[in-house]
Formats: sequence, C-alpha cells, structure tokens
Amino acid sequence: MADLKLDQIRKSYGAVDVLHGIDLDVKDGEFVVFVGPSGCGKSTLLRIIAGLEDITGGDLMIDGEVVNTKSPRDRGIAMVFQSYALYPHMTVYKNMAFGLKLDKQDKAAIDARVREAARILQLDQLLDRRPSELSGGQRQRVAIGRAIVRQPKVFLFDEPLSNLDAALRVQTRIEIAKLHQDLKSTIIYVTHDQVEAMTLADKIVVMNGGNVEQVGSPMQLYHHPETRFVAGFIGSPAMNFTKVTIDAVGQGQATVSVPGGMKSVLPFNVDQADIGKQVELGIRPEHLGLGDEGALTVSGVVDVVEKLGDSTYLYLKLANGDRVTVRAPGHSRVKIGETVTASAPAGAAHLFNDKGKAYQKVDCPAEFSAEE
Amino acid sequence: MSFANIRREDASRAVIVHAILLTYTLVALYPIFLVVINAFKTRKGIFRDPMGLPNAETFSLEGFTKVLAKSNFELFFYNSFTVTIVTIVIVLLLAAMAAWALSEYKFPGNTALALYLAIGIMVPIRLGSVSILNLIVDMGLVNTLTALVLVYVAQGLPLAIFILTEFMHQIPKDLKEAARCDGVGEFKIFFAIILPLIRPAVATVAVFTMIPIWNDLWFPLILAPGDGKQTITLGVQQFIGQYVTDWNAVLASLSLAIIPILILYLIFSRQLIRGLTSGAVK
Repeated sequence: MADLKLDQIRKSYGAVDVLHGIDLDVKDGEFVVFVGPSGCGKSTLLRIIAGLEDITGGDLMIDGEVVNTKSPRDRGIAMVFQSYALYPHMTVYKNMAFGLKLDKQDKAAIDARVREAARILQLDQLLDRRPSELSGGQRQRVAIGRAIVRQPKVFLFDEPLSNLDAALRVQTRIEIAKLHQDLKSTIIYVTHDQVEAMTLADKIVVMNGGNVEQVGSPMQLYHHPETRFVAGFIGSPAMNFTKVTIDAVGQGQATVSVPGGMKSVLPFNVDQADIGKQVELGIRPEHLGLGDEGALTVSGVVDVVEKLGDSTYLYLKLANGDRVTVRAPGHSRVKIGETVTASAPAGAAHLFNDKGKAYQKVDCPAEFSAEE
Repeated sequence: MSFANIRREDASRAVIVHAILLTYTLVALYPIFLVVINAFKTRKGIFRDPMGLPNAETFSLEGFTKVLAKSNFELFFYNSFTVTIVTIVIVLLLAAMAAWALSEYKFPGNTALALYLAIGIMVPIRLGSVSILNLIVDMGLVNTLTALVLVYVAQGLPLAIFILTEFMHQIPKDLKEAARCDGVGEFKIFFAIILPLIRPAVATVAVFTMIPIWNDLWFPLILAPGDGKQTITLGVQQFIGQYVTDWNAVLASLSLAIIPILILYLIFSRQLIRGLTSGAVK
C-alpha cells in the first residue's frame, strides 16, 4: 500500500493540452475518486498514473519515488478496465494467474493467491470457465480478482461499473466498498457518475476541462462547493441556479434581489466592490420545502411531476421563465398545472460570483455543514 | 399477403440459388473428378471413354504402379512438402511479428514501411526471375530447396503481412494494456495473447500461402530442376514427353499430388471460414 503524489502533472497530445497542471496528494489506504464530465481528463490522468501514457510535464511519485519513466509493471499498480479486458482464450484461473507466473513465483504460492482472491470475490465455482461463459458482473469480478492477486501498491479502477445494468451496479459498488474495507488498499477510481463518487470515496477530485475544480470529502463537496461547476455537478437532481443582483452589503451579510421579484438577506461575506453585479444563487431541490416559511421563496407552475415513492420531484416554471426543481415528500398529491410555493432557509443557499467562485457563507447551520 | 405466399416466394428463390451454386460446384469439381477416374483406367480406357467411370474392363492400376515404383515419386513429394511447410512456418512467424509491430507500435516510418511491404502484393515476383536466378547462382544455391524457400517466403510475406495487420487492428486495445499492467513482457504478449486470438487469420494466411507454392512449376523449373531436388510439379512433367505422353502416369501422379494439399486444407479450413466471414476477434 502506498502514498501517491502528483506534482503539476501536465499532458499534451501534440498541440492539444489535455491536463493543465494537476496537483494531488493521496495517502496510503485512501479511496480517491476522480469524477467529472466526459472529456475532463480523468481517464487520461488515471492512465498516466498507470504508466499507459507518457507524462508531458510534472512528476508522479509513488511511495516517495519518482516513477515518470517506469513501465506499468514496475510501478506496483494493478488496473481494472471498463471493458474488463479479460483474456478470452484463458480460463478464469489462468486469467488471474497469468501475471503471477511471469514473476516466477512458485506454483503453490500462485495457486494459494488465486484461490484466496476467488474466495473473496465468490468466484470459486467459476475458476474453470472461460470469460465468454460468464455474465457481466462475474467478468467484472474476475477483472478485480486479477488485480487483487498482484497485491499492488495502488489499485486503479477505470469506470468499472459503466458496462453493468443498474441493479448490478449497486451490488458491485457495495462489493467494492467492502473490498476496500477488507484490503485497506490505496484505490484510485474514475467515474462520471457522481453517485458512485459520493458513496465510495474518502476523497473526491472533481475535474473539468483538464483542471481540478475541487478536492474534498463527499460531504465537503456537497455542503461547501467552491465553484459553481462543483455545485451543479454534485447532487442529483442538480442544484437550482438563478441570477440575482447584489443590492447591498453589510457585516457578514448581503442583500440580493431576484429580477422583478423579492429581496433577501443572505449570510455571505461579499466585497463592497461587488455591489450591483449579477451573481448566481444556488439552492438544492432537497432544501426547498413546500410552503412559504423560509427566507427564500419561489412560486411557479408545475410542469412535470416525477414520483419515486420515497420522494416526489416537482419541476416548476417560474414567472420569469426560470426552472426550479423541488423535492416534495413521497405522498405529495401535487398535480401538473398547479401553482406551488416552495421556500428554503437562508442557510441552505449558495452564492457564486460572476467568475463562478463561491462566496464564503457565514455561520453555517449544522444541517448544511460538513463539520462532524 | 398470406404467409403461404411469402414462403413460396422465398422457397423458389432458395431453389434457384441452390441450383446455381450446385452448377458452379459441379463445374469446378468435374475436371478433378475426370483426372481421378481416369487415373484408374488403362490407356485404352482413357482414350476410348474419357468421361466414363472405370469398369471391370478398363480398371487398372498401371498408372500408379508406374509412378510409385518406377519413378522417384516419394522424393518429389518430400521436396514439395518440405518447401511448403518450411515456407509456411517462416512466413507466418515473420509476417505475424511484422504485422504486430506495424499495428501496435508507433515509430517514425511506420506508414512508409507498411506501404513498402504492401507494394510486394502488386508487383508479380516472376518479373524478376532473371535477377533472382542470377542472385541464386551467385549465392551458390542453385538446385537447392533453400533457394525455393527463400523465393517463396519473399513471395508470400506481403499478402500475409497485409492480412494479419488488419486482424491485429481488431484486437481490443484494453487487452494489451491489461497485459502490460499485469507485467507481461512484449514478446510474451505476442505469443501468449495475440497469436491465439488471431488463429482464424493465421489459418487463412497459411492456406493462401501454401496453395500457390504447392502448384508452382515456374520456380522449381528455373531454380531447382536438378536430380533429387525436384518438386511434384516437375515430377509430373517428366511423364509429358515431346512426342508421347504417358497419360496413366500423369493422371496418377496428379491424383496423388492432390492428397497432401487436401489434408492440409481440411486442417486449416475450419479456421479459414471463421476468418473470412467473422473477422471479429473477441
């Protein structure tokens, strides 16, 4: 198990810059998830860590040692691919043993390791089958097993659940979480699904356009997004955004107004210089409750109703054309076409300046904070 | 339209297609059939009734006895066989490795090299016969099987490399990367993972390579006509004289010559069909 350090990692394909200087520290035993939209560079970064791509600039250190020029096998990593990448002409047993045989380990030791991994992943009955005779979930477990037997310093997962159906995804996700608890290994996991990121990670790295937007624990990212992008990316359904103008600034508070609508006083530290600027206000659907008791109120006509059983999502269209999502209780009887009023406490709000950076919230209430 | 009508249309179309295919099959097989049945007849029987099957009167094994007992037929067989097998092995090994290098590794001149090797398909090797003969004479390899092997390898490599490169491209990139992450060396990746996966292509190349070699009269005649080094094709020639042709012997030797190639083809053919139709590797 090992530490990982990325120091100003840059990657270019010819004239195209894909990664613009990534800094990251991964502690031994941490489960780090790289998450972001397609094309943000997360898979490229993973492949750079694996040694499958060259580094254009910067240093990569595993356990304190610079490994930029080392081949994948010498870095002590093991990778699980999105497409499983199992050797089709070999049995499950041979697939898992293949890498070990080359290290010239003795047969009994190899056998012991393969069987132990098979036991952990419940593959004991499948050792003599070929990949073509396995289901998707079983193949993925074999791919994980192949990585486990190598006892690597760092596990790398490249969107391993993307090819599985929804139910299997949840099941395998739990198995991966349990695996991390059992093996206590350093894991780096890439996904575009923020639910996987939130549920599995010790630390999430949100990436966008080749840059790191924010690094933090799932709760930190949820409650304290530092940029408008992170706020809109984490959480499903996504946060509601609306443009507001800063009318006045006070001590630890700012007065904002929605165009053509009400004013609200929100607990943020805002610079005097930002008075009159148009900024963005964000509220999560789950923080908006039906009724008008909160400091921030919206009122609109219901466009779409999504009933999920445990909750109901109401998609409102406001008078000024904005769209707002509200999470109502599962038993809600609101119908399409009804006018609904929803409100949220001031402490649930997020404010982002014209460059997308979050204003600092003052006196954040406990239920909207990541502090333990 | 009722179901019965549709089925009838499909059925009649199927009958026509089958009829055409059967006709072509017969046309293709008939000459071979003639050769084989006439090999079992007396000389008179051949000329009196060339199309008929051998009956009690015309049945004779004199062609075979002449070929097997009176001429050095086993040697011809052996020479053809040796040249063919050695060539296939060398061509497959070199072409597979070249195809792997061209499709997998990025290096300056990759495209130019691939093009240069592909040009070999377009240029008929027989145009250079005179130069080849001079070269072989200079190397002191006249009348050796080695000369034939060298020439046939040169002849077979371009197409083999071309076909195998296409198959190599179809192997999923993830497999090779997984192997590299597993710590597998490049040679081991090639022999233990890549080659087994392109087996249909290898069989295809083997068949396309061996048939022209087995049937070739040109290069054995030019480069290795000497005693003891003759191939089957040359062996058959000796029965065709300027004035008189010993037809029994010719037909008998041709019938015998079909057998090894037929066996080799049957061995490779199951893989061949898969190679021609599917193309998919996984």
